[in-house]
Amino acid sequence: MKKVKLRKFHAASWDEPFIMQMGNAGERGIMVPDVDPEIAQTVGEAESLVPENMQRQTPPTLPELSQYHVLQHYLRMSQMTMGMETGIDIGEGTCTMKYSPKINEKLARLPQMTEVHPCQDEETLQGILEIMHKLQGFLSAISGMDMFTFQPGGGANAVFTNACVFRKYHEERGELAQRDEMITTIFSHPCDAATPATAGFKVINLMPDKNGYPDLDALKAVVSEHTAGIMMTNPEDTGLYNPNVEEYVKAVHDAGGLCFTDQANANSIMGIARARDAGFDACHFNIHKTFSSPHGCEGPASGAYGVREELAKYLPVPVVAFDGQAYHLDYERPHSIGKIRSFMGNLGCIVRAYAWIRNLGPDGLRLVSETAVINHNYLDKLLMKIPGVTRPYGPDKRRLEQARYSLEKMYKDTGVGTIEVRDRMVDFGIQSYWTSHHPWIVPHPFTPEACETYSREDIECWAAVIAQISKEAYENPQIVMNAPHTQAIRKMINLEQLEEPEKCSLTWRAYKRKKELA
Amino acid sequence: MRKKLGLIVNPVAGIGGRVGLKGSDGPQILKMALEMGAVPESPRRAQQALERLRPAAGDIEIVTWPGSMGEQAAAASGFVPTVMETVLTEHTTPEDTEDAARSISAYGVNLLMFAGGDGTARNIFNAIGDTVPVLGIPAGVKIHSAVYANSPDSAGRLALNFLKSKGRRHVEDAEVMDIDEDAFRQNRLSARLYGYLKVPYDRGLIQSAKAGSQSCDEVVMDAIASDIITNMTDEHLYIVGSGTTTRAIMHKLGLPSTLLGIDAVFRKQLVGLDLNESRLLELLNNRKGKIVVTVIGGQGHVFGRGNQQISPAVIERVGKENIIIVATENKLLGLSGQPLLVDSGDATVNRILCGYAKVVVGLNKRIVYRVSC
Repeated sequence: MKKVKLRKFHAASWDEPFIMQMGNAGERGIMVPDVDPEIAQTVGEAESLVPENMQRQTPPTLPELSQYHVLQHYLRMSQMTMGMETGIDIGEGTCTMKYSPKINEKLARLPQMTEVHPCQDEETLQGILEIMHKLQGFLSAISGMDMFTFQPGGGANAVFTNACVFRKYHEERGELAQRDEMITTIFSHPCDAATPATAGFKVINLMPDKNGYPDLDALKAVVSEHTAGIMMTNPEDTGLYNPNVEEYVKAVHDAGGLCFTDQANANSIMGIARARDAGFDACHFNIHKTFSSPHGCEGPASGAYGVREELAKYLPVPVVAFDGQAYHLDYERPHSIGKIRSFMGNLGCIVRAYAWIRNLGPDGLRLVSETAVINHNYLDKLLMKIPGVTRPYGPDKRRLEQARYSLEKMYKDTGVGTIEVRDRMVDFGIQSYWTSHHPWIVPHPFTPEACETYSREDIECWAAVIAQISKEAYENPQIVMNAPHTQAIRKMINLEQLEEPEKCSLTWRAYKRKKELA
Repeated sequence: MRKKLGLIVNPVAGIGGRVGLKGSDGPQILKMALEMGAVPESPRRAQQALERLRPAAGDIEIVTWPGSMGEQAAAASGFVPTVMETVLTEHTTPEDTEDAARSISAYGVNLLMFAGGDGTARNIFNAIGDTVPVLGIPAGVKIHSAVYANSPDSAGRLALNFLKSKGRRHVEDAEVMDIDEDAFRQNRLSARLYGYLKVPYDRGLIQSAKAGSQSCDEVVMDAIASDIITNMTDEHLYIVGSGTTTRAIMHKLGLPSTLLGIDAVFRKQLVGLDLNESRLLELLNNRKGKIVVTVIGGQGHVFGRGNQQISPAVIERVGKENIIIVATENKLLGLSGQPLLVDSGDATVNRILCGYAKVVVGLNKRIVYRVSC
């Protein structure tokens, strides 16, 4: 490995006021032309169309700004953030932050995609319905399931759909009152516990055994006639693929429950392991992570949820059907759980996923997984040489496309923990890493994921940043403790303010909840 | 404004350890230890912790007792401490620790740090209860309480963060435990729960800075209480064990409770407070029972520490299937994968209780956890 030269970097810092503090009275973005006298004569004053009791007495206290200054304000704000494609996003493990080919973006933005409306007659939607139908087929081939829906607006929404489908299944068999326990594992994604709770189930969590796998004996001890099912992630965030997953599935099936696997992180298994072959009844994909669309706030998400044939009748309506000649939206499904969200799903994600899969083909998908796993294992080799970095559970077991590491040793040696290291990373022009899902079972965690689109140089650069910060922690911890130094803002020290209802409440509900706690 | 940090060093804490005496309580043991060549451990450990506070020395006033009870350690770490006026005898006694805690607390401090073991923690608890946040530097032979940081280094770091933090400082309840040293020296282990001290909440270890807060634990305990109350039946007598998590159940029912004692509830009405074994057996004479117990932080004990009143006979009467274990998720994760422990005093009962338990960690929320003896 060549010596990596760390990049010098400094973020833009604009000292920008809030938009509510900007502008001057009378400033406008657009001057709306006067209404044509003929129109005004025919329909009357626009105000007369609004019922009197709904008309404002005082104008809203909105800032008054020109279009140019609004644009300038938000451009400055964007410059003060770390853009996904300006840095190296290897740190955001479980988010699969890989490069999204721009051709897919171009296709998603064709007017044929952006200008259609879900209420159009289905005869005029044949093209997009065909894409949806074919994408269903692709995902079925990847997972082994029989039917998919794209209605859920994200991963957790898809996992919630599963909880509703399992609930409906037991309800139709008259066993819902008895089967009120859903099992998950503590290293599974938190939505695997949260969504069955929302659907009314009691949630039972399995702890890891000493090898990092969910405790199989604990599962065998708790499955019973009360078991509705299991909702688990594989590979879990430890990066370990559970080789005995069939045993877990069998234990739940034998007790009369159903089995779901959360495949939000599928970047290591495409073309290699199919959920159906492991015995699962249902699964989902975050097609905004694995299949081209970027994850996070860069756009709407899409959770594709798939089931085996016996459960297909419970899927949300409408489903896309093909009668050999034309595509239809099928609403006549009496066993359906109903709607999980309006309309059919986020079209942009669907189109990008379709284009991405068509471009790669089956062999290409497998190559993606293999490359992602090799990339991560190269990163792993580099990280494990860095003082203060450890990787709990199964020291000799190879990880897949991501893994959870710990800086507990560094914290004990130097007082520099994972939060401080994270805040220091951005000084090198690299996106700060993601720590862990909650609860933190691995102390001082961080979770990188070196997807297939990063080069060897990118991976070496990312590891070199961690190595540099480790060196600083052991030699001059104050540099790390006081980071970031070259960002638009400095360290947030008054985190308590986030708990104060008056200072930080994003919703009315949050305000009330914080007020109650205070 | 300068922050005030109280410091008590128990200079004889841990002195019995290196010479294999299993504790340092009592003047004879102390004498024996010194004769066997024991060297005091706690002053060095206190100094180690204070090293971590040195960068902020200008902002921190250390309030302590003379000589080996804190003054020396503070001075060796580069501090100029405020020393309370008192006269020390050659060998310090538990009464000295208690007097020190009282006088430092009366002076007014933001945090009281002590170097010692379970005996020292108990003395401080006796003297000032939980009126001042306290943090232990582990230096004794017996470290069964949950009031210590992991090491002198982390005690220093935690104290620094706590003193530096602006706004509300987060604390949590931690158990003060101690064993009967006479029994321990004869290789019999018997421990008691003496009470709870307030300790700084270590955000870094369990949760990220944005999610952790003291109120989280309160909300979780309230949710646990909701779960237990929702599932209460009219036919069972509920035997509610000691601890803050079980106290939340009584609180939610609007009933009085004892923190360290065993209370009983029937049809959501109080049957008795601070009950002993024979009274519990009496109450179970004509009723079915359920036992609700929590976990001792850091140790993992469910039976046999702080709730010996729930004897093997009571457990057998109630039956394994009617034992409900409650704990916050943080407390379970704080065990770092170690199993829950039962030490009921009866090997057969212990064996029956081993296996897996569905620990109630929230409303409709369970974690399956290993129990061993």
